[in-house]
Amino acid sequence: MAHEKIQTENMFLHYGSKLALNDISIQIPEKKVTAFIGPSGCGKSTFLRSLNRMNDLIDGVKIEGKILIDGINIYDNNIDVVTLRKKVGMVFQKSNPFAKSIYENVAYGPRINGVKDKKQLDEIIETALQNAAIWTEVKDRLGDSAMGLSGGQQQRLCIARTLAVNPEIVLMDEPASALDPLSTSKIEELIVQLKEKYTIVIVTHNMQQAARISDLTAFFYLGELIEFDKTKKIFTNPEKKQTEDYITGRFG
Amino acid sequence: MIKSFKKNIKGILIEGMTLSAALLIIAIVVVMITVIVIGGKEQISWEFLTSFPEDGMTKGGIFPAIYGTALLVIIMSVAAVPFGTITAIYLTEYAKENSIIAKTIRFAVRTLAVIPSIIYGLFGLGFFIKFVGTSVDNTFLGGQLKWGQPNILWASLTMALLTLPVVIVSVEEALKTVPRDLRAASLALGATKWQTIWKVVIPGSISGIMTGTILAVSRGAGEVAPILFTGVAYYVATLPASLSDQFMVLGYHIYVMTTQSANVDKTMPIQFGTTLVLLALTFILNISAIILRYRIRKKKTD
Repeated sequence: MAHEKIQTENMFLHYGSKLALNDISIQIPEKKVTAFIGPSGCGKSTFLRSLNRMNDLIDGVKIEGKILIDGINIYDNNIDVVTLRKKVGMVFQKSNPFAKSIYENVAYGPRINGVKDKKQLDEIIETALQNAAIWTEVKDRLGDSAMGLSGGQQQRLCIARTLAVNPEIVLMDEPASALDPLSTSKIEELIVQLKEKYTIVIVTHNMQQAARISDLTAFFYLGELIEFDKTKKIFTNPEKKQTEDYITGRFG
Repeated sequence: MIKSFKKNIKGILIEGMTLSAALLIIAIVVVMITVIVIGGKEQISWEFLTSFPEDGMTKGGIFPAIYGTALLVIIMSVAAVPFGTITAIYLTEYAKENSIIAKTIRFAVRTLAVIPSIIYGLFGLGFFIKFVGTSVDNTFLGGQLKWGQPNILWASLTMALLTLPVVIVSVEEALKTVPRDLRAASLALGATKWQTIWKVVIPGSISGIMTGTILAVSRGAGEVAPILFTGVAYYVATLPASLSDQFMVLGYHIYVMTTQSANVDKTMPIQFGTTLVLLALTFILNISAIILRYRIRKKKTD
C-alpha cells in the first residue's frame, strides 16, 4: 500500500452532548481517491470537515483522539490552522465562487499567500484552470464575473481556486450533488485525473459515483466507520452485513 | 347562498375605513410637501444659498446654516461610521451568537436607539463639555475656557452617539447578507479570519454599509435636540474655523426664526426656504442611498 497521507487513531467527535463520530481509525493513502459513503447523518461530512479543521468554526464541536497528516497531529496546540488549510484544500457541496471575476476567484488564494508578480500569478491561474479542466471554456473571458458561469463551470472554477493554493490533499464534500449528469461526469473525469498529483477524499451519497471514481471506499453508519477497503472489494464482496445492506439498497 | 345585506355593508365599511386611513397618509405627505415647496420655492436662489443672514435674519441667506449642517454630518460620520462598523464586525464575525458579551452589546445598542434625543444633548453637555472639555482646559490650558463650552466637535460627537445604533444595526445586517459559504470558501483556502473579513465579507456587503451610513447621516442632518446644548448657535457672524467654534444648523435655524425672531412674519419666507433646503437635503441623501444600493445590487447580479 502507498504512503499513508491521512491517518486517524481512535478519533471521537462530540457535537454538544451528541456523539457524532465514534472511535474512527482510518489510514488514507497518498495520491488515491478515497470515497466516504453512507446514509445522511452518518458523520461522513463531519469527518471530512475534521481533516482541515473546518469544524473549528462550529460552536460546541469537541474532538478527541488523533488526526495525523504526514504523521503530524493537526489538532496539536502548535498547529497553524491557516497553513494546514493551504495544505488541505476543500471543495464544497454547493459551488461558492466569490462575486468577483473568474481571474480574481482563482487569484484569491495565491494573493493571500503573497504572490504579487502579475506574470507569476497569470501562470498559476492558467495551470490551475487547466488542471480543473475549465481553461478552454473561460480563457477568453477571465475578466468576466464568475457568477455568470453555469453551475458545473462554477464548481470546476472552485476546484481551480482550491488547486491554485497548491494543496497536497483535496477534500470534496459531495461536489457534484447539485449538478446535472453531464457536469457531474466532467467533475468525475476531473477527479480521476487529479489523483496523479493530489490525494483526494470525497464524500458522496451517490454509490455509483464512488464505484466509478474511487480507489478506496469507507462506509460510515451512525457515526461509526463500518468498513474501509478497496472500492472493488466493498462493492463486490463486503465483509460486513451493514455494508452489503446499504450497497444493495436495503436501507439508506 | 344569498349574501346578507348587513354583512355586505359591514364589509364595505371596514374596507372603506382602512382605505381612507391609508389614503390619509398620502394626503399628509402631499400636503406637507406641497406647502413647503410652494412657500419656499420663491425663496430659493443662488444668493439665498450662499449668503449670510442680514437685518436680524429677516433678509439674506442661510449659508452658515448649510455649511454648519454639512460640517456637522461630516465630523459625525468620521466618528460614527468607523466606530459603528468595527462594533458590527465584532458582533457578526467574532462574538459568539449567544455569548453574554454579545447579548450585552446588543442590549446596549437597542437601548441607545430608544433614548430620546434630548437626553443625548444633556449627556453631551455633561460628558463632553463639562467633563472632557473642562478637564482639557484645566490640564492643558491652565483653566482658560476653550473646550469646556459648546462647540462643533462636541455637537458632532453627541450626534455620532445618536446615530451609532443606526450604523451598527445596518452594517450588521449588511454583513449578515454575505453567505456563510463564502466565508468557508475563503477560510478553506488558507485565509485568516481577518483576510476573510477584509477581502470577502466587507466587499460583499459594501452597499449595505454605505446605505447604512447615508441613512445615519440623513438622520443626523435633521436632528436638533442633541446639539442644542452642545454647540449649535442662534447666530454666528463667521463660519466655524476650528473645532472649538460654535456653528449654525438648518434645523435649529428654522426654530430660531419661528420662535425667537423679533419679527416672525418678516422671516416667514426664509423659514419656508430653509425648510425646503433641509427637506431637499434629507431627500437627496436618502435617494442616493437607494440608488447606491440598487446599482451595487445590479452589478452583483450581472
